[in-house]
Amino acid sequence: MLELKDLWVEVEGREILKGVNLKIEQGETHILFGKNGSGKTTLLLTLMGFSRYKIINGAIIFKGQDITAFSPHERAKLGMGISFQRPPTLHGVRLRDMLTICGNGSGRGEILATQYNFAEFLDREVNRGFSGGEIKKSELLQLLAQDPDLVLLDEPESGVDVENLNVIGQMIKELLQKNLKRHRQKAGLIISHTGFILNYLEADKGHILLDGKIHCQGNPREMFEEIQRHGYEECARCRR
Amino acid sequence: MQKIEEKAKKALKKKATYGEDIELEKFVRQAEPVSYADLDPEEQKRLHQTGLDLSKQEHSGAFFQSDCSVVHCQSTYKGLEVLPIKEAIQDPEKIKDYCWQAVSVDTDKYTAAAELDLDNGYFIRALPGEKVIYPVQACLYIRKEKFAQHLHNIIIAEEGSELHIITGCATSPHLVSGLHIGVSEFYIKKGAKLTFTMIHNWGEDVYVRPRSGIIIEEDGVFISNYISLGPVRSLQTYPSATLAGRGAVARFNSILVAPPGSELDIGAKVTLKAPGAKAEIISRAISAGGKIIARGLLVGEVPGIKAHLECKGLILSEKGIIRAIPELEGQASGVDMSHEAAVGKIAQEEIEYLMARGLSEEEATSTIVRGFLNVQIDGLPAELQAEIDAAVKESEKALI
Repeated sequence: MLELKDLWVEVEGREILKGVNLKIEQGETHILFGKNGSGKTTLLLTLMGFSRYKIINGAIIFKGQDITAFSPHERAKLGMGISFQRPPTLHGVRLRDMLTICGNGSGRGEILATQYNFAEFLDREVNRGFSGGEIKKSELLQLLAQDPDLVLLDEPESGVDVENLNVIGQMIKELLQKNLKRHRQKAGLIISHTGFILNYLEADKGHILLDGKIHCQGNPREMFEEIQRHGYEECARCRR
Repeated sequence: MQKIEEKAKKALKKKATYGEDIELEKFVRQAEPVSYADLDPEEQKRLHQTGLDLSKQEHSGAFFQSDCSVVHCQSTYKGLEVLPIKEAIQDPEKIKDYCWQAVSVDTDKYTAAAELDLDNGYFIRALPGEKVIYPVQACLYIRKEKFAQHLHNIIIAEEGSELHIITGCATSPHLVSGLHIGVSEFYIKKGAKLTFTMIHNWGEDVYVRPRSGIIIEEDGVFISNYISLGPVRSLQTYPSATLAGRGAVARFNSILVAPPGSELDIGAKVTLKAPGAKAEIISRAISAGGKIIARGLLVGEVPGIKAHLECKGLILSEKGIIRAIPELEGQASGVDMSHEAAVGKIAQEEIEYLMARGLSEEEATSTIVRGFLNVQIDGLPAELQAEIDAAVKESEKALI
C-alpha cells in the first residue's frame, strides 16, 4: 500500500530524514519507535504532504501511484489520513462542522461522537481549550469519520488519562479493522513512545527511527521490550 | 434648547478626533419624499439584506426612513413606542432627560450638523417591565445621489424591560456617493436589557459618521453588534458607553470586512464606574485590500470591575492594512482588565490541517474565514443571529 524509497527530508534548511525506506502492505499495522527529535513526526507529516517538510530526494508511492508531489488534499482523497499530536485550534469552526467535512457531508461523525461519549464537544470549536486526551479523541473521531485506508497516528496515547486509554485503544482498533481476521483493507503507521498501543492491538512490524534512518525491523513487542531494557541505540545495533 | 443650539453652532467647523475630515458642503440636503412602492426590486433586495422586511409578521415595530422622509413608522406592541424623533421632540417632557445627554452636541461638526439641520430619526422606547421579544426593525436609507442624511435617534429601555433592535444602514444600489451622519443615544435603565444590531450596506463612495453614546444603569445590559461587510469609502465611529450602576454590562461585537478602497475606523470606549460592572469589546476584522483601524478603550474607575478587549485581524490581500489599538486604563487597584490582539494572515498549518481532512485549499481557506467571522453572540434572538449569519455568508462569496 505504501512504499518509501530513499526519502530525504529537510525542515527549514535542516536535514531531518536521511534516506528512509519503508514498506507497508495492505492490512498491516506498523509501529514506529524512536527518541524525541529523531524525526518520527517529520516522517508522518511528510507522508501527509505538509508544505513545511521539503522532500529533497526519494519518492512516496501510495497505492501504486507516485504521490511525492501531491498536496495533503489529494493524499486525503486517495485514502490517507492522519491524527496529529498537536493540531492547531480552528476558531469558529465547530467539531460538528469538522466531522461533516471529514465524513464528506455524511452524518457518520456525529453518530460516532455519541458512540464514543464525545457528543458534548460537538458544538465546541475544534481543539479550543481541549485537554490532551480530548484532542486525541477528537482527532480519532475525525479519522473514523474520514475512514482512510492508510492511518497515520502520531502518539495517540500522549496526554490521555488511564481511564480513557481504553477508549482510545478501541477507536484505533475500529480504524484499523482489527475485528476482521481476513481481508483487512486498512493499514496503519503508529508512532508510540510508551508502547501502550501494543496492549490493545496486534501490530505486525516495528521500526526504530534513529538519526533520520530506519534502523531495524522486527516484532514490535519484542523490540519494545528490548528498547525498555537497553535503550534505542542498543536495540538498533543488535538488530541491524 | 437655546443653549444646545449655541453649542452646536460653535462646533460647526470642529473636526472629529478620528477619521478623514469631510466637507459637508459637497453634499446635497434636498431630496424628494418616496413611498415603499417607489422602490425598485433591486432596492428592496438591498433593504432586505440589511434586515428590513416589512412583510414579516415577527417584529414588534418598524421604522423606515429614506433620505429625509419617514416612509414607515409603526409599533405593533403595546409596551413599545416607535416615533419619528421630530414628533417625539414636540413633547419636551418625553425627551428632556434624553436629548444630548449621552452624546455631546459639540463633539464635532457632525453632531452639530445633526442638531442644527436635522432630517429625522427614530425614538424607540420599551415601557417599564415590558419584554419586547420580537425585534424592532429600523432602516436608515439614502437614495438620492450625494445626499447627506442627518439623523438623531434616541432609544430608551425603561426599568426591567427588554428590547431588541436591528438597524440597517444602507444606500441605494444605484447610488455612488452619499453621507450618513447618525447620532444615537441609548439609555438602559435599571435591570433593562437592550441588544442593538446594526448591519451596514453602503455604496463605494459613501462616508459614514455615526456618533453614539450609551448610559447603562444598575444591572442593565447593553449588547451592540456592529456589522459592516461591504464596500464604503470611509466609516468612522467610536461609541462611548458609561456603566453607571452596579452590575451594569456592556458588550460590543464588531464584524468588519474592508474591500479595496474602503477605510473603517471603528472602536468603542467603555467607562466602568461602579463595582460589579463588566465590559467586553470584541472585534473580528478582515482586510481584503482596505484599511481597518480597530480601537478599543476600557477605563476601570473603581475596584471590582471586569473588562476584556479582544481584537483579531486577518489580512487576505497584500495591500490590506489592519491596525489594532487596544487600550486599558485602570484607575484603582482591584480592577480586572485584559486585552488580546492578533493580526496576521491565515496560518498555513490551519489550511493544511483541513486539507488533510479532505478539503481543497480554497475550501479550507473559506472554512477558516467563515469560522473567523462566526461570532456567536450570547443573548441574541435566533432571528437576529440568522440575519448576521446570512450577511456573513453573503460577504464570504465576495472574499474568496
